Amino acid sequence: MERPKLIREDGLRHDGRRPDELRPTRITVGVLNKASGSALVEYGGTKVLAAVYGPREIPQKHLLLPDRAIIRCRYHMLSFSTHERKSPALSRREIELSKVIREALEPVVISETFPRTAIDVFIEVINADGGTRTAAVTAASLALADAGVPMRDLVVGVAVGKVDGVLVLDVDELEDMFGEADMPVAAAPSLGLVTLLQLNGVLTREEFDSALKLALRGASQIYEKSREALRDKYMKVRVEE
Amino acid sequence: MESQETHRALVVPGEAFAEGNYKVLTPSYVIRVNKKYVATVVGLAQVNEEAKEVSVIPLEGSYVPQPEDLVVGYVVGVGLTSWELDIRAPFSATLYAVDFLGRPVNPAKEDLSKYLAVGDTVLAKVEVFDRSRGPIVTTRGKGLGKVTRGTVVEISPVKVARVIGRKGSMHQLLEGETGCEVLVTRNGRILVNCPNKELEDVLAMAILKIEREAHIPGLTDRVKEFIIREKVRRGLIGGEAEAD
Amino acid sequence: MSHTPSPELIVPKLKASTIVNMLKKGMRTSGRGPMEYRPIEIVPGYVRNADGSALVRLGNTVVVAGVKLEVGSPYPDAPDEGALVVNAEFVPTALSTFEPGPPDENAIELARVIDRSLRELKAIDMSKLVIVPGRRVWVVYIDIYALDHDGNLVDASSIATLAALMNTSLPRVDVDESGSVRVDRSTRVSPLPMNNKVVTVTIAKVENVMFVDPDLDEESVAETKLVVAVSEDRRIAGLQKSGAGGFTEAEIATALDIALDVGTNLIRLAASKLESSGAGLTPLGERSTS
Repeated sequence: MERPKLIREDGLRHDGRRPDELRPTRITVGVLNKASGSALVEYGGTKVLAAVYGPREIPQKHLLLPDRAIIRCRYHMLSFSTHERKSPALSRREIELSKVIREALEPVVISETFPRTAIDVFIEVINADGGTRTAAVTAASLALADAGVPMRDLVVGVAVGKVDGVLVLDVDELEDMFGEADMPVAAAPSLGLVTLLQLNGVLTREEFDSALKLALRGASQIYEKSREALRDKYMKVRVEE
Repeated sequence: MESQETHRALVVPGEAFAEGNYKVLTPSYVIRVNKKYVATVVGLAQVNEEAKEVSVIPLEGSYVPQPEDLVVGYVVGVGLTSWELDIRAPFSATLYAVDFLGRPVNPAKEDLSKYLAVGDTVLAKVEVFDRSRGPIVTTRGKGLGKVTRGTVVEISPVKVARVIGRKGSMHQLLEGETGCEVLVTRNGRILVNCPNKELEDVLAMAILKIEREAHIPGLTDRVKEFIIREKVRRGLIGGEAEAD
Repeated sequence: MSHTPSPELIVPKLKASTIVNMLKKGMRTSGRGPMEYRPIEIVPGYVRNADGSALVRLGNTVVVAGVKLEVGSPYPDAPDEGALVVNAEFVPTALSTFEPGPPDENAIELARVIDRSLRELKAIDMSKLVIVPGRRVWVVYIDIYALDHDGNLVDASSIATLAALMNTSLPRVDVDESGSVRVDRSTRVSPLPMNNKVVTVTIAKVENVMFVDPDLDEESVAETKLVVAVSEDRRIAGLQKSGAGGFTEAEIATALDIALDVGTNLIRLAASKLESSGAGLTPLGERSTS
């Protein structure tokens, strides 16, 4: 594939967004029947479903902890979610992302409430167009809230990239593939905590500062949308007349 | 009677809803961050300025057993000296045969499934739950034991309080308007016994309406109207009370 | 599925509170300062049969990294570049809770963090690893084994990787007219071409105190860690928040300032140790006092 021009003459991105502009975001809470909680999150073409089961007892008793619930997390991509078919087996990338996503959620979940139980977070990437892990964090935290798991805050994610030398918010797949750097960030905005931080690429110290600021600005926009989506589940309930 | 509800606000985890010094009535669902009171669940936050009290009533969540809770359990396992009950908690509950039968059992001679088999329904009370082991329930007590009549309507355990209502008002309304016996248990399994199937349907629909609209003010009146309208529609009473 | 781990080590509460209280006063139980690494020992060429290798001892943590060069096909999207494969394994010699089996999520994370730091920085000059353009290239396999775990496996592994790469030399290759490649490992033609050097600096945090190079006790007490890949030219070549917990924006800024200073020093230290060291092999059991 030929390297496309990622920043146009007019300073806008290949899809017409400003550098600091999110893709259209759609967030829906409570989309599944059987799960204790669920959420569907779309950042542009990226579509991620998260389901939470539990807190519950599990057959693997040796994993449980005496003083808190454990969180189990699987980030998984459907085989047809990517341009080239992904083997259904869990890849090393998926294993790593399952870990960093779990660790992004751990600081907000009040796990002491349910000792000797497991809270299972299942994430399915339905369509991948960049930023799947950050959309996954947003979806997972909303699914936890929807399951009634006590949390100190919601966690929302967004990736910042560097493309053609410009820092851009909410990178899509093309920007991720051909950009110089990709920095996924997840934050608990009310707590002022960054709970996921990765950088694939090279940034100077100054570029990093701007990139993190940009990511946190994007995160607070997604945070507002996430809160709205949670409330929407109840606001949409109309009184039957 | 529901004027109190106007002081409630729908909150989400991480949302601050009060600042200053208050007594927290629901410590599982409220944390203090700096000087603010922050909700940990999706729920209805209530701030009582007079009593200086705050609380959050969750709208989602699983059942957390407390001693003395009345619960409906389904038998999911039969052991040698006890049964395993699903009580919708993160842990399954144990009912000992000696408790249920009121006498010791000899596992070599007796098969417990003779008394309670998988799938049976039991009304029980939580006896012990200290978090170091699963909850233990008892059937010693008036009216407790195997349930053989009526049916169960399941609602989210966190909505139980709304089905009971202030000082039992909603519960009284449900029984009064339908003529059914309604037993609201803490784990959200409501035992109902109705004069006929039609009324049972109306009651079940009314309970599910309460669950769905628990956060919207004016619930009691709406439920009352709903039951009357359904009864009229089914020809159980005359049409004079029909509302538009 | 990733799950909340049981602690690798249960640090008694009394000991844990001593560690935390001392850190708050800028001290550590080992006598180190908060920004001080444990003594680093590097044994380059530790494995004779590898094309490059190094054993690294970071305090009591021991890691061996080896490089194997194999002739292979280039990636379709980079036909004129060599390829890089990084793998890490925590073998059961290292800790009682490490079990035999395929790499777990921690080993996979470690390998991928080091892989990304090398790849994104273009630390290895991949364009010079082409044997037959578009068809045959050198594939650089880096394998990392944690042999003894006393904390901070990531930094020990990254130093071992850097040392092993700097210790790697390219064998002679002959390409015949049919295009088939013959490797002569007895003759070495040049060192592995490098563009840049990179190490990781792990910064641990407990109760708002930050410190580098946690040992296993400290790691077990720490709430979370930030792994910063630092290039020789003082840029950030990768980041990974690892472990439950989080950082404030200000903490991240502090951590990065620390990491850039410490990291560039580490690279200098590693390079000087490699220059001054002979080819002698130190047996695993012998500890030098350097």
